[in-house]
Amino acid sequence: MITENSERRVISVIVVNEASVLSRITDLFSGRGYNITSLTVAPIPESRYSRLTIVTSGSVRVIEQITKQLHKLIPVLRVYEHADLVEKEMALIKFPLSENLSDISTLCAAYNGKIVNVGENVIIAMVADEPVRIENFLRVIKKYNPKEIVRSGAVALER
Amino acid sequence: MQISGAQMVIEALIAEGVDTIFGYPGGAIMNVYDEIYKQNKFHHILNRHEQASVHAAEGYAKASGKVGVALITSGPGFTNAVTGLADAYMDSIPLVVISGQVPMSLIGTDAFQEIDAVGISRSCTKHNYLVTDAKDLPRVLKEAFYIAASGRPGPVHVDIPKDVTAQIEEFNYDIEINLETYKPNVKGNTRQIKKAMEAIAKARRPLFYLGGGIINSNAAYEVRELVHKTGIPAVETFMARGTLSYDDDLLISMLGMHGSYAANMAMSETDLVIGLGARFDDRVTGKLSEFAKNAGVIHVDIDPASISKLVNADFPIVGDIKNVVLEMLGLSDLIDADKYKTWRSNIKNFDELHPLTFHEDSDRLKPQWVIQRVGELLGDSANISTDVGQHQMWAAQFYPFTRPRQWISSGGLGTMGFGFPAAIGVKAATPEKISINFTGDGSILMNCQELMTAVEQKLPVINIILNNNFLGMVRQWQTLFYDKRHSETDLSVQPDFVKLSEAFGGIGYRVHTKEEFDAALKDAVEKNVVAFIEVLVERFENVMPMVPSGGSLFNMMLLEKKEKK
Repeated sequence: MITENSERRVISVIVVNEASVLSRITDLFSGRGYNITSLTVAPIPESRYSRLTIVTSGSVRVIEQITKQLHKLIPVLRVYEHADLVEKEMALIKFPLSENLSDISTLCAAYNGKIVNVGENVIIAMVADEPVRIENFLRVIKKYNPKEIVRSGAVALER
Repeated sequence: MQISGAQMVIEALIAEGVDTIFGYPGGAIMNVYDEIYKQNKFHHILNRHEQASVHAAEGYAKASGKVGVALITSGPGFTNAVTGLADAYMDSIPLVVISGQVPMSLIGTDAFQEIDAVGISRSCTKHNYLVTDAKDLPRVLKEAFYIAASGRPGPVHVDIPKDVTAQIEEFNYDIEINLETYKPNVKGNTRQIKKAMEAIAKARRPLFYLGGGIINSNAAYEVRELVHKTGIPAVETFMARGTLSYDDDLLISMLGMHGSYAANMAMSETDLVIGLGARFDDRVTGKLSEFAKNAGVIHVDIDPASISKLVNADFPIVGDIKNVVLEMLGLSDLIDADKYKTWRSNIKNFDELHPLTFHEDSDRLKPQWVIQRVGELLGDSANISTDVGQHQMWAAQFYPFTRPRQWISSGGLGTMGFGFPAAIGVKAATPEKISINFTGDGSILMNCQELMTAVEQKLPVINIILNNNFLGMVRQWQTLFYDKRHSETDLSVQPDFVKLSEAFGGIGYRVHTKEEFDAALKDAVEKNVVAFIEVLVERFENVMPMVPSGGSLFNMMLLEKKEKK
């Protein structure tokens, strides 16, 4: 019962869009020793709510506690912790212009992306895909000497 | 009506039916204090430290069942109050704590007496607010009282910048609370309750595990009825003392680290734990994997997050204890009380084997005797507050509690310095009862300035200082687990407690013998003034029995048996 496997979970939290609500969420995680792998937040259009997507990991018991503790916060409306969801993440990658641009462009296309900006010495490429595929993409493009990588963190929607 | 933010605070407190508040003025809260000066609808008690104000509000809330209110200033006023907030949060005590803040224009500038108060209180309150516009004040204050008292109760902190208390706006308190995101579930699931009752009917050795939630829910008398109807024995947590009367045949005693042998053995042997408003705290369960190992678990709690947090519940029921127990009572015909006869007698045997007791084998008084004696002399007529340490455990073990809200102690946070100010709040809430604070020579010094408050307000708290010239509980652990290295726990150098009390206008007694103790207590009760009764007790007495930290409940260190002379 104590040694349960830790697994990756995506939790969506709908919160009232008010001051310090994000601190309440992150304080809860740090105060109780839970992990945050990534966290995204944005207002839900035409409502007074925001939606957070938190990627976390923990045993079944820990995940259950996380959802219950989140729900206990006063400005939290709903907590979704579903296994069945559509998940996407975006990454921006800066490459030197001297790299093989057609290779990069083809790879990006395979991951729902493209070259979005071209500068004097660098290009910026964008990809948007499932987080595991983003991982994979970032591994593959290592040989093209990426100078900078920015990941957005996952967003998810229950099916 | 158009009034200032400060006036709104006063009007809201009056509308909430508040009759007593505790506090300490200062720069950022002066507008509110100015309005307190002008009103006569409620009484303000000036403590001599903000921590004490919050503890007094806790004591008031615990004894009365109402929301306790404390009023403090910004910066150090607030940070002093944090321990009280944390204490109330851990023990689910309904409080509204209002603090002043520097004016809005100065927030974030490291202004004089500025601190990010809501940033600090976030992790030790049920909820908190920084009010940035007086228009929001009526709603915020109304929500604060509602949130503090409903669901699982807890402290709510409201931080109000000075310019907001000066701002003049329309005040209307006759508003509906509409919190779409906060709707505590108070009614237990009927099907689940039925299933739980069927499981109880099937069980052979069921055990009620009664927690502090019962007191919060004002359900003690319903729980008593349920226990008696079903004939199922019960153990109480530290927080639940007084749920059953001490002389109830079905009450085994307190369980946990310093629980009785019988209570801990019953918990180890039961086949069905019926948890009511208890949270399976580490001081109760000992080693989790060995806790009630062969038992199913029914867990009734208003806080879903308490259920299956530490011990998996087979029958989780989210709801207010009172509602759920009333529904259980309706189904109590399912249960045959005679069925548990053997189980009850087994527990009796445990109790006879290792009863909760102590030996009178030293020249100095035994601290347990003092607790017992106060019980004999005052019993039901006293409310019992405590500080934290050995005296607290002895009080929980040996005082004959007869009713809920008689027992006021810092359980979850274990805050030394809690007892005296809490007992002041208790006396303010229940003036008809004698307010006793059992304390130690360590704890009492952590809020002894409250002598001034108690004397000034004529709140005659009787502090019984069990003086062993040690920080006793830590000394006990050092003796048992640190090879008797008594690091920084020897409190041989002490103030003259009698003179200390007298210096503030109280009375003091130094007691060596039983006769002296009886005379001192009688005199203090008769004189009805603030008192310190310093009792010189055996220095090396340990709280027994004891489950060593992380050990199993059934593996207790027991009181040494002595031959009867």
